[in-house]
Amino acid sequence: MGVIERFAAWIGEWVIWLASAYGKSAMFTLDVLKWTFRPPFKIRAVFEQMEEIGFNSIPVVSITALSTGGVLALQSFEGFKRFGAESMTGTVVALSMTRELGPVLTGLIVAGRAGSAMAAQLGTMKVTEQIDALYTLSANPIKYLIVPRFLAAIVMMPALAVLADSVGILGGAGIAVLKLDANPVLYMKMTFDFLQLNDIYSGLLKAMVFGAIIAVVCCFQGFYTAGGAEGVGKATTRAVVVSSIMILVSDYILTAFLFSGR
Amino acid sequence: MTEDIIIELVDVRKAFGPKHVLKGVNLKIRRGESMVIVGGSGSGKSVTIKHMIGLLMPDTGNVFVDGEDVTRMSERELNKMRRKFGMLFQGGAMFDSLTVGENVGFALKEHTNLSRSEIEKTVKEKLAMVGLVGTENLKPAQLSGGMLKRAGLARAIAMDPEIILYDEPTTGLDPIMCDQINALIDSMQDKVGATAVTITHDMVSTNRIADRLAMLYQGEFIAVGTPDEVFADTRPEVAEFCYVGKVIRQTEGLTGR
Repeated sequence: MGVIERFAAWIGEWVIWLASAYGKSAMFTLDVLKWTFRPPFKIRAVFEQMEEIGFNSIPVVSITALSTGGVLALQSFEGFKRFGAESMTGTVVALSMTRELGPVLTGLIVAGRAGSAMAAQLGTMKVTEQIDALYTLSANPIKYLIVPRFLAAIVMMPALAVLADSVGILGGAGIAVLKLDANPVLYMKMTFDFLQLNDIYSGLLKAMVFGAIIAVVCCFQGFYTAGGAEGVGKATTRAVVVSSIMILVSDYILTAFLFSGR
Repeated sequence: MTEDIIIELVDVRKAFGPKHVLKGVNLKIRRGESMVIVGGSGSGKSVTIKHMIGLLMPDTGNVFVDGEDVTRMSERELNKMRRKFGMLFQGGAMFDSLTVGENVGFALKEHTNLSRSEIEKTVKEKLAMVGLVGTENLKPAQLSGGMLKRAGLARAIAMDPEIILYDEPTTGLDPIMCDQINALIDSMQDKVGATAVTITHDMVSTNRIADRLAMLYQGEFIAVGTPDEVFADTRPEVAEFCYVGKVIRQTEGLTGR
């Protein structure tokens, strides 16, 4: 085979791989959506996953938001001091947390914590034939395993984002008052005077989208795991990396096209 | 004589990437018989039975269950067809988030209107059949490998299926347990007339349970028939593989001649 043929074959293989990968993930997403609305609904499984994804993430999300809010107050105070706008610190912390950092950091943490667990659990079930066993028992694994995780993620992500927003704002206020000698009343006034409901809504909508991304990407990686324990490890890594990147990219897209006030 | 065929594979071909696992597999399984599929590791035995229950679809060729083409079924029809089956997986494939009892009762809970106590009763009964009395509240992680396999068997027979697929049912069990499992496979057939399709390397087991034997070699069935017929085959690839089976058959005086 000549160089040109080999090159053509290489391009062809690559195109086929790309098309099938996109096709497979698109089909998977449609399947998840289809089964989400098809009874019977596995309510108990959804609540179990809400506990796993939401409740069990509270400590990590809180600590992250607390330190982020604090450091944000420190840094913006430092910056604003240079042109005498220290009073704006509370405003900046509140806007940054609600519009951006609350949902994004929560998304990244949930991807790392709950998303990796989804991929590892489903991957293990796949390589130990438990997924096949579900099929043989006439039970669709998408409905039994993935829809509950999907629903739990899109419900709990906004809830966790609200928590992150509040803890972050409180953290910022704490640092400002205790360390930077801000007037607590004035600080809180500056925090809420410029905060609009739209800032909060847009953040929560983002969080919901991130929840969907985490569930679909991580379940997809787990569901198509192959190759034993090594495969489970690789699937878990890929799940976290791909969902984190998708969160950051989609965050830009959402902000640019939906929420930038112009 | 017309045969009552329950499963038929017609020229089934399957490749995974560049690897051609099944290269035109043909096999007819009669209702109520015990068919044992033997073959070396990687010869495609598991892939073959996964086609029977629609876990894998052939690249080309057809799979018929009760005369209906599995390759043309919708998702709903597939689910209905699968209820005729019970399948025992190699490692048991127990759902590790559920207890043993919930595993065994899974299909009963999902697909029947039985009350909780009726399900519990059936679960106890099936667990007793495989020698696992009193394990319903344990988690699969608390069971040994052999126990997992037996629990998997209890789950496979929970719905009293017409066809039971056994993927290496005796591998990794001690000889006494092997005997019990073989007896159980036999009795499933005798009592409820279930069709059994078993994959195994275990020639003791083969002699004990097989009505007919099919040998898979390099992606094709090269010998199909009663154990006596297959063991009499002198082609080296068959004779070498079946030598042990033949000896066991002769020493146990099972041979028909």
